[in-house]
Amino acid sequence: MLVNALNTISQWAIPFLLLSIPLYGFIKKVPVYEKFVEGAEEGFHTAIRIIPFLVGMMVAISVFRASGAMLVFANLIKPITELISAPAEIIPLAVMRPLSGSGVLGMATEIMRVHGPDSFIGRLASVMQGTTDTTFFVLTVYFGSIGITRYRYSVLTGLSADITGFLAALYLCHRVFG
Amino acid sequence: MLNLIWLVLLASGIVVAAWHGNIEVVTKAALQAAHDAVEVCINLVGVMALWLGIMKIAESGGLIRVLGRMLRPLMVRLFPTVPPNHPAMGAIILNLSANVLGLGNAATPFGMKAMQGLQEINPRPGVASEAMCTFLALNTSCITLLPATIIGVRASFNSANPTEIVGPCILATATSMTVAVTLDYLFRRRNRRRRR
Repeated sequence: MLVNALNTISQWAIPFLLLSIPLYGFIKKVPVYEKFVEGAEEGFHTAIRIIPFLVGMMVAISVFRASGAMLVFANLIKPITELISAPAEIIPLAVMRPLSGSGVLGMATEIMRVHGPDSFIGRLASVMQGTTDTTFFVLTVYFGSIGITRYRYSVLTGLSADITGFLAALYLCHRVFG
Repeated sequence: MLNLIWLVLLASGIVVAAWHGNIEVVTKAALQAAHDAVEVCINLVGVMALWLGIMKIAESGGLIRVLGRMLRPLMVRLFPTVPPNHPAMGAIILNLSANVLGLGNAATPFGMKAMQGLQEINPRPGVASEAMCTFLALNTSCITLLPATIIGVRASFNSANPTEIVGPCILATATSMTVAVTLDYLFRRRNRRRRR
């Protein structure tokens, strides 16, 4: 029942926006098509502008992951994660969370394939997936699009939010599903 | 800080690959990632154009101004350095709304638009302004009401209850958002005091 309702909302959200906004504009006497093209042109330039930033970030993250350095790092912080009773399989996911959205989705899917979606670790992976955004993608893309090169304290804020999100997910899963 | 993180990611990867004796992995990963990054951006071109086009209509019709006025009391507290009627406010609201609904690919275009607006009033171009840092803090930790993708994945593996994770997700994101906003506020105060 709830699943159906949520699915319906997800299915309708975008068609609804695509209908209601142009219709609203038309009623307000906006030249809808001309304005659309005007805005779309800005979008085009913005998407192109972020290419160098994304290349730099994705190359570094990919080398870090493919070389096995990520697993080394996950092993290094193992004493801490054992202290907070986090399952070992979840650590690479937690390390990956701020780095890559598609990477983390792939890892969460793999965990659910192996352990099942209703296992503790499957549920934990699900909650972590739904928690916080990929900080480095957001930083790279948003600051890249306007040429900001000094990020100041925003990296620290974003990473702290990621760690908090992980700890909160872990705590809540232990409480709710433990 | 980011310079250091970038270097550490790259250098530690190369050192570990060399240690394991498969240095060729580095070349393959680097070239593939460079290729993928461009593909991500090219795929983004269409989505960006679509959503910023729709946003332009909403802006011209005054819809964004209405939205901004409704959320004004909250927004002026979160972004004290941004004039309440500035167009960046509307884009920030749209970005956060899209995030809350789990519409990731609609959120990105609005977010970039918001950043461009904040850049117009940035006293030091090239350096992130206070408002930009606050916006990013909100954005990376934003409350998610509908983690649609992961519900779909769970359903595809025949979970008995795919949506049972929604409650914990909302609570966990509420916690991380609170921490992010608080930290952002503390960092901002510390930086101001230092500059004096």
